[in-house]
Amino acid sequence: MTHRAAAGHPGGSLSEIDILVALYSTRLRIDPKQPDLVDRDRFILSKGHASPGMYAVLAEHGFFSHKELESYRVLGGICQGHVDMKWTPGVDFSAGSLGMGLSFGIGCAHAARLDGSERTIFVMLGDGELQEGSVWEAAMAAAHHELGNLKVFVDRNRIQNDDFIDAQMRMFDVAAKWRAFGWAVKEIDGHDMEEILKGLEWMDSITDGPAVIIAHTVKGKGISYMENNPAFHGAAPSDEQLLQGLTELGVEV
Amino acid sequence: MAASRDGYGQALLEMIDDKEVVVLEADLGKSTKSLHFRNARPERTISCGIGEQNMMLVAAGLASSGYTPFASTFAIFTERAFEQIRNGIARPNLAVHICGSHGGVHTGTDGSSAQSIEDLAIYRTLPNMTVMHPCDDVSATVLTKQCRNLAGPSYMRTARNKTLVLYDGREDELEIGKGVVHRAGVDVAIIACGVLVAKALEAAEILSADGIEASVVDMHTLKPLDEDLVAKLVTQCGCVVTAEDHLLIGGLGGAVAEFLVSNLPAPLERVGVNDRFGESGQAEEMLDLLAINTADIVAAATRAISRKKL
Repeated sequence: MTHRAAAGHPGGSLSEIDILVALYSTRLRIDPKQPDLVDRDRFILSKGHASPGMYAVLAEHGFFSHKELESYRVLGGICQGHVDMKWTPGVDFSAGSLGMGLSFGIGCAHAARLDGSERTIFVMLGDGELQEGSVWEAAMAAAHHELGNLKVFVDRNRIQNDDFIDAQMRMFDVAAKWRAFGWAVKEIDGHDMEEILKGLEWMDSITDGPAVIIAHTVKGKGISYMENNPAFHGAAPSDEQLLQGLTELGVEV
Repeated sequence: MAASRDGYGQALLEMIDDKEVVVLEADLGKSTKSLHFRNARPERTISCGIGEQNMMLVAAGLASSGYTPFASTFAIFTERAFEQIRNGIARPNLAVHICGSHGGVHTGTDGSSAQSIEDLAIYRTLPNMTVMHPCDDVSATVLTKQCRNLAGPSYMRTARNKTLVLYDGREDELEIGKGVVHRAGVDVAIIACGVLVAKALEAAEILSADGIEASVVDMHTLKPLDEDLVAKLVTQCGCVVTAEDHLLIGGLGGAVAEFLVSNLPAPLERVGVNDRFGESGQAEEMLDLLAINTADIVAAATRAISRKKL
């Protein structure tokens, strides 16, 4: 997708992808034939620039055809540069500006509670995104309102747009921050499927307040030249790089 | 006399049995008057603490799930969440209804930090957004309740201090997007909003004593502008005065100017705050200091008429 568009965000799409696959394959109660059903689980990709990862998963789960993936960043295409609920079936939040998805998820969680529904609201945040102060307004509010139906993943890939997070704005102890804000916290390897699935079970066991999983991930996971490389936060692979990457992933080209 | 913010509180109270209505507060419910709803329906009132950015998006999430949220804080503090409103509410066209109270220099002694004089301009710039500034408590109640029928988001500025009640018994004349003619005259059309509607009516009486008959319109909805009414007024009167407790840039005067210059060029004099901030003072003192009181409307009308005769 990013190669075709000659733009986009491959690195963060690859760091989040194992968690998305686990969520969509095993946990989310959603129906691609009724993507707007009110009483469905929500998945809010707050780090909405990592849209190629989500589009790929949505296509795989039948929300739209794989052909539509070619419309990524193309005029009139359903796959907008950043995930957008008005354009793409299966997208629950119009992202693109960091620090917004958790608050939106809180609204969805309140709505579920008012409806008396068992549905769950999942939110995926980037770790660089935690630099936005508004995330912490939201974190405080979710704990205050004891939103046991709100589950958050932090994609802890340690790289942001310009550079490594440690160079741009150090995070110190991310888990301790969430704990101090009143959340149940667990840390996992965000590429170990067994840990992800156990993490989802752990999240379901937390019902008296919000839960967050800090998922330690690798930006650009699976592609040697992208892994842990800040250059691939927001850059597309060249023709040669695409071939190499697909080969490394075991795709016949 | 009554304050339009009380009208907002009254509207929420009249909607307590509408189960889709949810109220959001950012620690100013006593001031914006959402507290009456909170007292009646605490289970459908969400405290967001002093966190406006979060509040706007919590409202967006509720709207996306089928609820109709009414979120209020001071007008100035809604602006802190402008980008949340732009990207999270207006862009996906979610029917979140924002009330910014304590707007304008009429707010008074709190001083310039609390006197939003740019809110109407700011929210007019957003696609999908309806922008309102009612002039009294009755119209604030009616228009707030009508928001329930809007398909998209809205922003309403209410005022802190009391002004004349103009719509008692005239509730049926109010409709979002339709200005209300309070006085008919053929020499000049005064189009006002908010606390300056009563001042415009005073100005019209003064002008009438000099033999000048002014139309006075309450343009409670700035966006979408009632263009048909503005066109009719210009055709009848040949010149226009706008009056608002807001910057000259981008508010009611700006909206009317944009319409006139592209459609029906005519002399237009705008009464508003001229590119400066306010300060602490009583409401009336502030209107005098910033040259947006009754006498300023009278002077503007005289100027507009003289330009018509050129």
